[in-house]
Amino acid sequence: MSEAGPLVLLVEDEPQMRRFLRATLTARGFRLVEAETIAAAEIAATSQPPDLVLLDLGLPDGDGIDFARRLRGWTQVPILVISARGREADKVEALDAGADDYVTKPFGVDELLARMRVALRHAARAQSGVAEPLLEIGALRIDLARREVAVDGRALHPTPIEWKLLVLLARNAGKVITHRQILREVWGPGEGHQTHTVRVHMASLRKKLETDPAQPRWLLTEPGVGYRLREASDA
Amino acid sequence: MNRPDPDALLRRMNDEEARSSRARLKVWLGFAPGVGKTFAMLQNARELQETGVDLAVGWADTHGRYDTAALLLGLDIIPRRHVSHRGVEIEDLDLDAALARKPAVILVDELAHSNAPGGRHPKRWQDIFELLDAGIEVHTTLNVQHVESLNDVVAQITGVRVRETVPDAVLDRADEIVVVDLPPDELLKRLREGKIYLGANADRAAQGFFRRGNLLALRELALRRAAERVDADVAAYRRAHQIESPWSTAERILVCVGASPASERVIRAGRRIAAGLRAPWLAVWVERSGAAPLSDADREQLDTNLRLAESLGANVVRLLAARPAEALLEHARRHDVTRIVIGKPTHARWRDLLRGSLLDDVVRGSGEIEVQVTAGDEAHAGTAASPRSERSPLLDWIAAAALIGVATAIGTAGSALLELPDIAMLYLLVIMAVALRSGRGPSTLASGLSVAAYDFFFVPPYYTFNVDDFRHLFTFAMMFAVGLVISTLVLRIRRQERGAIAREQRTGSLYALSRELGTARDAPEAARALVRHVADVFACEAEALLGSDDQELASAARSGTAPLGAQDLAVARWAFEHEEPAGLGTDTLPGSRVHCVPLRSGPRVLGVLVLAPPVGTGWTLADRDPLDTFARQAALAIERAHLVEESKAAALRAQTEEIRSSLLSAVSHDLRTPLASITGAASALRDAATVADPERRAELIDTLCEEAERLEKLVANLLDMTRLEGGAVEIHREWVPLEELVGAALVRLERTLAGRAIRTEIDEALPFVALDPLLAEQLLVNLLENAAKHTPAGTPIEVRARARDGRLDIEVLDRGPGIPEGAESRIFEKFYRAAPASKPGAGLGLAICRAIAQVHGGTITASNRLDGGACFRASLPLTGEPPAIEPEPSE
Repeated sequence: MSEAGPLVLLVEDEPQMRRFLRATLTARGFRLVEAETIAAAEIAATSQPPDLVLLDLGLPDGDGIDFARRLRGWTQVPILVISARGREADKVEALDAGADDYVTKPFGVDELLARMRVALRHAARAQSGVAEPLLEIGALRIDLARREVAVDGRALHPTPIEWKLLVLLARNAGKVITHRQILREVWGPGEGHQTHTVRVHMASLRKKLETDPAQPRWLLTEPGVGYRLREASDA
Repeated sequence: MNRPDPDALLRRMNDEEARSSRARLKVWLGFAPGVGKTFAMLQNARELQETGVDLAVGWADTHGRYDTAALLLGLDIIPRRHVSHRGVEIEDLDLDAALARKPAVILVDELAHSNAPGGRHPKRWQDIFELLDAGIEVHTTLNVQHVESLNDVVAQITGVRVRETVPDAVLDRADEIVVVDLPPDELLKRLREGKIYLGANADRAAQGFFRRGNLLALRELALRRAAERVDADVAAYRRAHQIESPWSTAERILVCVGASPASERVIRAGRRIAAGLRAPWLAVWVERSGAAPLSDADREQLDTNLRLAESLGANVVRLLAARPAEALLEHARRHDVTRIVIGKPTHARWRDLLRGSLLDDVVRGSGEIEVQVTAGDEAHAGTAASPRSERSPLLDWIAAAALIGVATAIGTAGSALLELPDIAMLYLLVIMAVALRSGRGPSTLASGLSVAAYDFFFVPPYYTFNVDDFRHLFTFAMMFAVGLVISTLVLRIRRQERGAIAREQRTGSLYALSRELGTARDAPEAARALVRHVADVFACEAEALLGSDDQELASAARSGTAPLGAQDLAVARWAFEHEEPAGLGTDTLPGSRVHCVPLRSGPRVLGVLVLAPPVGTGWTLADRDPLDTFARQAALAIERAHLVEESKAAALRAQTEEIRSSLLSAVSHDLRTPLASITGAASALRDAATVADPERRAELIDTLCEEAERLEKLVANLLDMTRLEGGAVEIHREWVPLEELVGAALVRLERTLAGRAIRTEIDEALPFVALDPLLAEQLLVNLLENAAKHTPAGTPIEVRARARDGRLDIEVLDRGPGIPEGAESRIFEKFYRAAPASKPGAGLGLAICRAIAQVHGGTITASNRLDGGACFRASLPLTGEPPAIEPEPSE
């Protein structure tokens, strides 16, 4: 990229990790602001609003999750968590706190760049304010405006809840949506429902969508975290 | 050269050691009140305080004497304890306050004082012993008439029996005795001047106790007692310095103890003889095996006697033998006894003819042992069966008379047919019947009545008590005697039977207890068995408290429902800490509701057994021995349970250690291999020459990435394994569709499985299963990865899931080379690798699978398929029903 690429705020206290990311990202045309602590990151985020935040969780002056939560209070900037905490519960906590994605250390450069691209694209789409009315992922075709979904040109007939589920995943295609987020978006903020409810409806939606539900093409499960609709690019 | 006797040397060392480590007891000994003991003690205290000794006054009686009270000024006085007893305010030594204050030296006046009811101990000397045990030096005062062994002598001299006595052992324990002496005339003068008692009391004292003759005798006693002590010290000095003692052969005294009150005097006499000879002494009670058990009253008296002997310093021994005299003599010989002290018999001579005389047997068999017979009762060996205990109810007396009436009626009715001897036999039959049913009284009555009736109705002249024929008188005597003998024999048999039953019950219960204790797996179980049996045998509620590692007592088992009160627990605590029985029926806290026995095994006290008898039943502990046996048995079992637990824990530690070390060696190898590759490749990339060749560079970079990935996988597996094995993983079952799990695993391994035909076959009958979704997915991933690793690229892999017999079978099947023969179960072991050289990985994947199957309560097996390839099957139990989902409202 010849002109100024996206501005990335890298919040990470490990010097080696910063060195590796600095080398990779600047080579790919990203501009980089580095912060070692949450305090420094807060200043950097307000003085020079970034296009993307790469956030480590274990920081010397606190937990990155708190920072993500505060950041969400005033900006929709995509947040990508990079952490050595590999447990699903940690992922769910970060995603529920407002992070867009979660990459577990160690990770390859390719994977990180792919996730960053997805996050930036989502942000751009959200900023433009217009939802793409038509989504095509391989043989799957979702027409949001006309409320139609088809696989290989064959029209499907989801129930209202299944349709809401599909739309939620489609709007965030490529991004993991946690069980709690699904419950909140589809069923509303009530307390009456459980993960099990989500699983039941997801199973029936999958039956309609997939040829072999045990080898899904689109509706992917992130065990212990939630669901993700496969994006066109990684299909 | 005279070499010192090793025993004596040892004793001396023990004495010296004990003396140097234990707190000192100093006694001011006087012969009468008013000689100035308290005054002397206080004067000494003031001197001590001036030299900077931390000193406190626990109790001092000034008896209103002005000069004595003046000495108290400036001393630290511990406030007295106030007790209200039956409306009277009583003051007493505050033992707890004294223990809390813990001065170096404490003054406690009046050693012989009896404490107010409700105190911890009945006697002050017991308080003082507790103070000594706490390491506090005690100064106290004592009048000679309160010394236990002199009690009889003093009573004879003065005609006044002093009830408050102090065991001789207490005085023997004293490290220093200061005799406070005053000529009797001087003492009498002080009495007259009102310096001892005030007013009317002084007059009364002068008439009674304070007669000149008395005082002279008492003074002599006090001085002699002190001289005895000096003698003992000299003897000890002699022993210490190998000066030939005039008593080169050690004397040893054995005192026979019986169950009668008179035995107390024999015991005191024995103590005097022993003290005079400076000899150790034994007090022995022999129970005749097979004899009837003692009555409660006798048992109590026997315990009193034995306690007295113990308090006088005797070594108390209980023997059980068929022939008491032989057992006694054998015990005496085995313990090198030189002299046996035995009481004079008080019973009638005929009893000796009937039962044999212990005294006779002992004297005959004594041989070289001297036998000394003193006033008092012969030690009756288990034959003391008090008739008091068999008081017959009125009904028995009436029945006895009625039966004689019936016999007389039968005799009269059948007089035509019956001869006189037949009628005599009929009466004897009745006497036997009465003896079988009732006690001695009615039997004797029956004997008397039958003689009278026989005379009156059947011996001519009829209907008078006159007798024609002189021979009949002889018949009467015979009848009466035979009647008495029969009834005595019958009674004895009955008593023996009762005793046998009681012993049988106890033995049976003890046997049952030992059996239960033998099978008890842990301490609480042993405690439960103990409590159950004790409650049963001793007719009370029982509770077992066990001490923890930090010496806290906690209830382990309880027979009743009511928990122990704070007071009961305090008694238990005391018994636990002092390793002695306490509470009801003992010398410590006898006023409490419970009786506490420490559970001791060897030197360790493991806990306390608490007996809570029902209130108001006058429960007494008839016999300590069985209770002690129970407690000992249980303590052994509890200790054994502790040891088993400890050894189990040790074995587990050893096993864990072994696993850890093998794991460490495997891990260090597996971690180092990829690290070595990475380090090598990275350093090679620094080399300009290598980098110049693009092909070689690409190769090195590939190595870097592959090895790093391998390392990552290894670390992840290690972490998973550690979590699973450390028990840190809690299983969170959720209802998940199986296809979702399989799908997630397949998507995760998309790259690894690329180019293979994957077939899935999932039973339609089980859409939802309750599993931990994360662990189940991990299980599938590891199985699939394993299949991919060990089969040629491009070969198909199959995943099947179906329900069978309430279990879920998940199978991963491949078409590879299969599993080497004999390795079917070993492949699930940690660090086992089928093909070590070629494939990366630490051999943890399948071990993790097994661990996951196990936390789900399932199993995992591997086998070879008939038509080639391997089959891995995880079999997990299916549980419960999925929750209902409210159906979606149709539009």
